[in-house]
Amino acid sequence: MRPRRTPVLGRRAVLRGLGLGLGAGALAACGIPPARQSADKCISTDQSGTQKLLNFSNWPSYMDESEEKVNGKTALPTLDAFQKQSGIRVTYTADVNDNSEFYAKVRDQLGTCQPSGRDIFVLTDWMAARMVSLGWLQKLDHAAVPNVDKYLLEQLKSPTWDPNRDYSVPWQSGLTGIAYNAKVTGEIGSWADLVGKSELKGRVTLLSEMPDTMAIMLRLVGADPGKFNDAEWSKALEKLESSVGSGQIRRFTGNDYVQDLNDGNIAACMAWSGDVLALQADNADIKFVVPEEGLNLWSDNMLVPNKATHKANAEALMNYYYDPEVAAELAAWVNYICPVEGARQAMEKIDPELVDNPLVFPDQAMLSKTSSFMPLDTAKAKLYETDFNLAIGG
Amino acid sequence: MSAVGQLSAASQTPAPPPPRSGRRLTAYLLLLPGGLWLLLFFVVPLVSLLAASLYDPNGSIEDGFSMTWSFGNFADTMADYARPFGRSLWYALLTTAFCLLLGYPLAYAIAMKAGRWKNLMLALVIAPFFTSFLIRTLSWKLLLSDNGFVVDALKWLHILGPDGRLLATTAAVVTGLTYNFLPFMVLPLYASLEKIDRRLIEAGGDLFAGPLTTFRVVTLPLSMPGVVAGTLLTFIPAAGDYINAQLLGTPKQRMIGNDIQRLFSAGAYPTAAALSVTLMAAIVVLVLIYVRRAGTDDLV
Repeated sequence: MRPRRTPVLGRRAVLRGLGLGLGAGALAACGIPPARQSADKCISTDQSGTQKLLNFSNWPSYMDESEEKVNGKTALPTLDAFQKQSGIRVTYTADVNDNSEFYAKVRDQLGTCQPSGRDIFVLTDWMAARMVSLGWLQKLDHAAVPNVDKYLLEQLKSPTWDPNRDYSVPWQSGLTGIAYNAKVTGEIGSWADLVGKSELKGRVTLLSEMPDTMAIMLRLVGADPGKFNDAEWSKALEKLESSVGSGQIRRFTGNDYVQDLNDGNIAACMAWSGDVLALQADNADIKFVVPEEGLNLWSDNMLVPNKATHKANAEALMNYYYDPEVAAELAAWVNYICPVEGARQAMEKIDPELVDNPLVFPDQAMLSKTSSFMPLDTAKAKLYETDFNLAIGG
Repeated sequence: MSAVGQLSAASQTPAPPPPRSGRRLTAYLLLLPGGLWLLLFFVVPLVSLLAASLYDPNGSIEDGFSMTWSFGNFADTMADYARPFGRSLWYALLTTAFCLLLGYPLAYAIAMKAGRWKNLMLALVIAPFFTSFLIRTLSWKLLLSDNGFVVDALKWLHILGPDGRLLATTAAVVTGLTYNFLPFMVLPLYASLEKIDRRLIEAGGDLFAGPLTTFRVVTLPLSMPGVVAGTLLTFIPAAGDYINAQLLGTPKQRMIGNDIQRLFSAGAYPTAAALSVTLMAAIVVLVLIYVRRAGTDDLV
């Protein structure tokens, strides 16, 4: 120990004390206010009557484009037709790249009942469910969207998080199933094979979204992902831990599994139908399987946020895209599952090859095997997220 | 090097000289832009991070987080995340060791033997910075891929078994980290080796020391500031990195940065913040011990 001077209460000590006090005060003053809103407190006014405008945020490559350009801009045939027909000028922005990222983008505005600058945006079920529970969305007027009521696919009509589709209308849907590279492995017909077959050891990826992966684990232990209890959850978690522990699972991915699957670094994986369809166009060895145990059906949903001032215009757009002819034209371009009944017949005129493609128009046999994940309240969601996080941590 | 300079400057409170008041005002004015910058982009975020680490862990984005001074957050998160935490420090240590092993001979060659190639070699060390960190790490995925030539060659040499792979292993993650942080080791090493007075090395020979002894007794001690700076510049960012583990590893190689990123985007702010604060504190403690041990006060 070095000898020290005896401390005196000098200017520096006083300043230090003051600094500490101020610092503690600053800490105590912190906190994050609740982001939850309610319809009676956050009131939105609709100006659609006087303003024929609509701000639409969507994911990239999620709107049909034509080959030729008009005035230097890529023409969007169905959207352009809507503008002509309705007289509503649409500002279309493809600025949704990731659910969480988009959430972070609008969180501060919607959490404090401020306008987000968008009249309509498109988010996946679980994030849409979160926004419903946060009270961030405007209730839709079903009288204004008759096509949606008439043509929405039966399986998508009442998700647990929005049973009457009061706040959301599916834009496109997709399936989570198994994809494999036929150059590397033989057919993988079931989830049990995917997580259990020893030839696939270290050459399998699962998805890092908790509901996607855990729905499969729940199926594997004989539970229903749409309705399960804590005991079943624990069993499913053990299943996951043992698959990770045995080295069967190589990684947990977002849609970056596409590259690994294409290159043959992984033999098989949990995959989203639209990605696989796009990949198949370049690589015929990529196959999509409807696993024996069943698969997950999900949607990306059109939502109207609080303080959006063109709700009626947004509803007009939703109604327009549920016209089977329009839906078929869109589906022919984006290659996801079309949520509109009747679009299949309309597709015969547009692209006969797609009519029998089950990844665009799934048949009843396929749809009867699908389910969605049980909605979770925040406390449960956090608990399960943590469990999942630790289980995949190895 | 700069890092060590800053550290040692920070550890001893600078005694202000007693100048006349006009001079003192100038000094404060000069400090103002940098000080404001630090206040806005360092102090404020740090305070907010510290605060977040003490929020009620049962809060949520929906219901908000209130300040409950939950010091238990630190113990709770450490109980859950001790493994990735330890792993991060271990990988950072391995990375630092490999960078030193690879970087020292390289820096020595550039400083002492490169002659007219010196500038070109330095430029080559810096060249990787012209592309983004992410792109460079993604390229390693291609290099190490299961069907790539590296794996094929290693299989042919029977270094890897027929089912062996490089991608998605600890080796791949540490390789990626070592590659990405090597320049941070080489540059400070080069700077301190370059400064060494050659006459001291000649003197070693004059005093009948062999090349190895001269290196051990003269060159190595004189290059210690570079070693310390290089190891710090490598260890600190490597411990917090998550891109390499994300792209080149599996869940078993997950580092603490991956968990923090994930918890943060899931809205578990108190947990994520508590982990971040613990990581920062651990690094500061390790660095202080290291700097004390290395005795940089005499070296810089």
